[in-house]
Amino acid sequence: MTGKLAWTKIALPLGVAALLLLAWDAAVRVSGSDIFPRPHEVLRGIIQLIEQGLLLKYVVASLFRVTWGFTLAVLIGVPFGLFLGWYGWAFQAFNPMIQMLRPISPIAWIPVAILWFKVTDKAPIFLIFLASVFPIAVSAIAAVQNMQPVYLRAARNFGLTQLQLFRRVILPATLPQIITGIRIALGVAWLVVVAAEMIAVNSGLGYLIIDARNAGKRYDLVVAGMVMIGLIGLVLDLLVRQLEKFDEVRWGYANR
Amino acid sequence: MQANPTVQVRDLWMSFPGKRSGEQVHVLERINFEVRQGEFVCIVGPSGCGKSTLLNIIGGFLRGSRGDVMVEGQPVAGPDPRRIFVFQENGVFPWLTVTENIGFGLLKKSEPERAKIVAHYIEMVGLNGFERAYPRELSGGMKQRVEIARALAANPDIIYMDEPFGALDFITRLKMRADLVRIWQSEKKTILFVTHDIEEAVQLSDRVLVMSKRPATIQTIVSIDLPRPRDLDSAGYLETRDRIFSAMGMSLRIGENEKEALPISAQQPV
Ligand SMILES: Nc1ncnc2c1ncn2[C@@H]1O[C@H](COP(=O)(O)OP(=O)(O)O)[C@@H](O)[C@H]1O
Ligand SMILES: [Mg+2]
Repeated sequence: MTGKLAWTKIALPLGVAALLLLAWDAAVRVSGSDIFPRPHEVLRGIIQLIEQGLLLKYVVASLFRVTWGFTLAVLIGVPFGLFLGWYGWAFQAFNPMIQMLRPISPIAWIPVAILWFKVTDKAPIFLIFLASVFPIAVSAIAAVQNMQPVYLRAARNFGLTQLQLFRRVILPATLPQIITGIRIALGVAWLVVVAAEMIAVNSGLGYLIIDARNAGKRYDLVVAGMVMIGLIGLVLDLLVRQLEKFDEVRWGYANR
Repeated sequence: MQANPTVQVRDLWMSFPGKRSGEQVHVLERINFEVRQGEFVCIVGPSGCGKSTLLNIIGGFLRGSRGDVMVEGQPVAGPDPRRIFVFQENGVFPWLTVTENIGFGLLKKSEPERAKIVAHYIEMVGLNGFERAYPRELSGGMKQRVEIARALAANPDIIYMDEPFGALDFITRLKMRADLVRIWQSEKKTILFVTHDIEEAVQLSDRVLVMSKRPATIQTIVSIDLPRPRDLDSAGYLETRDRIFSAMGMSLRIGENEKEALPISAQQPV
């Protein structure tokens, strides 16, 4: 029973992928396009990138920027969000500004980032930070505000100090929702790094795509870059999802 | 035996700010009673009459509008680890195992000492085999056992319980009551227990404080001298139960004329 379930879990998505590849191939052939690549040409493109050592170089460059921008966002967003969730006055003071800054697409910040950081790694790192700090902070705020009051009352009853209260109750009580925010933020960060690299720097997967198009309309490499972005995004999400499986946080997710 | 009461409530009043500004919702009026050391006292009253409010004031989570609440001779200034509250909503921490939950209030103890105390209370509430389980793996009754064990492990003088068995099914509730009385007899704690269930109060306590509808006062105090374990068919049990029912203005006969069954406070507005 469970063996069969696990089998379909892999076979069904692979089947859908195979169907899509076939449809793609057929569509290119029927249209007679000589610019848009067929799937095997994209595969060849990927192999070529690997052989030239470009793929590894660009993947590392993109991941490097995401790691920095995202880590900064976690280090600042989580404490800031917990603080605002706990102190009503701080929430009142900062929330309107957060809600105003949040809808500004990180893409709109690109000119500003270039002005401030020139064409260096700092520009995309700054953009990734901006894109991911808001979902993280907002989820931390909501996590504190939605905390069951009974946990706090029980903790007060046992005479915990402020520090113990934070470490033993507030942090574990909010962790599941913070992890969800982190997962959303990582997805956004990966979206933004590609956009930032198209404009603000000259390396990384985003740069690969724009460069392949500008220098010789190499659409096989454009799509190869897109495929790599998709695959790495999938792996990143699978990795963060592992965080949700720890016993200390599993209670926070409805039967998963 | 000392005669000084452990809990003293004197002329306690409580009102909350109402929905419109300036409006007040009067919840408690002129509450007076005492609880002796080692006594098991139940507070019964209709839903929404202010039982939780009263217990929360005694427990230090709320401040009364007027009057005094003294516990062990001291005015209550806030929650205190010497008096542990068992909450109406289960207050067991879902991110800790059964063992970690029960040991929660024992941070100052050494590791082996804590393990010994936790093992003792796991045994007492019958959770052997579930030491490493998380609350989401437990039934409602077992979670309530964890919370009671966590309260006991902190070695408080008094335990405040706010409808701790309210969410459990009938059979589990009966079993939990029997276990609670057994634990109370062996641990010799003072227990102040809130419930809206008259039968529960008569099965458990030495004395029952009967509250009226809102604004609540203490209508009567019924002493229960029945021997334990209590026989739920005995004449004494039934007579005590009926006395409380009629004190709350309720008839035990279903289908009777509504007017006569109205609570006393509704018939004679103060
Ligand atoms: N924080 C509060 N603010 C305003 N009204 C409250 C508050 N807490 C309780 N009340 C009101 O006080 C009354 C008594 O509530 P409660 O003590 O919870 O009743 P019980 O526990 O007997 O069911 C209810 O009418 C409730 O709406
Ligand atoms: Mg209540």
